[in-house]
Amino acid sequence: MGAAGEQERVTASAWGGGESPFAVPWTKLMMWLFLISDALTFAALLSGYGAMRLTAGAWPRQSEHFDIGLVGAMTFVLICSSATMAVAVGGARRGDRRLVVRFLALTILGGLTFLGMQAYEWTHFIREGARLIGFVSHEPALTAIPPMFSATFFVITGFHGGHVTSGVIYLLIMAIRAARGLYSGESIEVLGLYWHFVDLVWVFIFTLLYLI
Amino acid sequence: MADHHESGQGGAWYRTYVVTWVWLLVITGLEISVVFVGLAKTLVVTLLLILSLMKAALIAAYFMHLRYERLNLVYVVITPLILAVILFMGVAPDALNAFRLRR
Repeated sequence: MGAAGEQERVTASAWGGGESPFAVPWTKLMMWLFLISDALTFAALLSGYGAMRLTAGAWPRQSEHFDIGLVGAMTFVLICSSATMAVAVGGARRGDRRLVVRFLALTILGGLTFLGMQAYEWTHFIREGARLIGFVSHEPALTAIPPMFSATFFVITGFHGGHVTSGVIYLLIMAIRAARGLYSGESIEVLGLYWHFVDLVWVFIFTLLYLI
Repeated sequence: MADHHESGQGGAWYRTYVVTWVWLLVITGLEISVVFVGLAKTLVVTLLLILSLMKAALIAAYFMHLRYERLNLVYVVITPLILAVILFMGVAPDALNAFRLRR
């Protein structure tokens, strides 16, 4: 590069091309962009939930339908799996393959435990008479509940559970690849971004659907 | 990039993750106790929103390493979420109106 080229490189803005304005690898940037769009989908679902809950006027007390202790345990498991994921990312950056595989396995275990508890919760709720279109029951107290109570519950926790399921599959693939030595610090970090995002969304679902 | 936090402070490299993990659990415990301690509804909602935003910030900053990324990227991540809050503020007055009419 000559003196003129050097001059241009120094004066051109970071956005002029040929630079990396975010200073991250492209896979990481693409994952961030996907997560932003996914966050907006969840934001739309949760805004819709808020609007419908307000519009319904009366809303059942959540603790009468869900075991808050169980939901607390689900939150605990997901936070722990996020922490093990973070350690796996750190291990991958240090090239410690055994650590990566072990902590990815722990993260998978956390994800599967979460899904198991969610399946249990759904089963309990469905046996009570809850359906996507409202409650099907002989008890007037249940049929008086706004249909949106069970509808928003199934759609939002289902959409999140779908994310956990695809996350577990993603984790499995990457764990198998890591066990064969096919991984990089970058690929595990991008995987980590997805998994932490699933945890981050659960923070809001836990608060807005179960606690408020 | 993401490695900056690991130099300069003592302790093992996973120390930040352990501290973040403990804080997330503490805040979750606080959230559950706020609900069952029996405060006024408005206060409960405000506290819960603040606590969950704190948790989200902890996850994004330390687990997702956003604290160690360029501000460029941080802005790109945060701006759409502000727009999402505006989205809710757009639909909220209508819903609140229906809420008042039903009571």
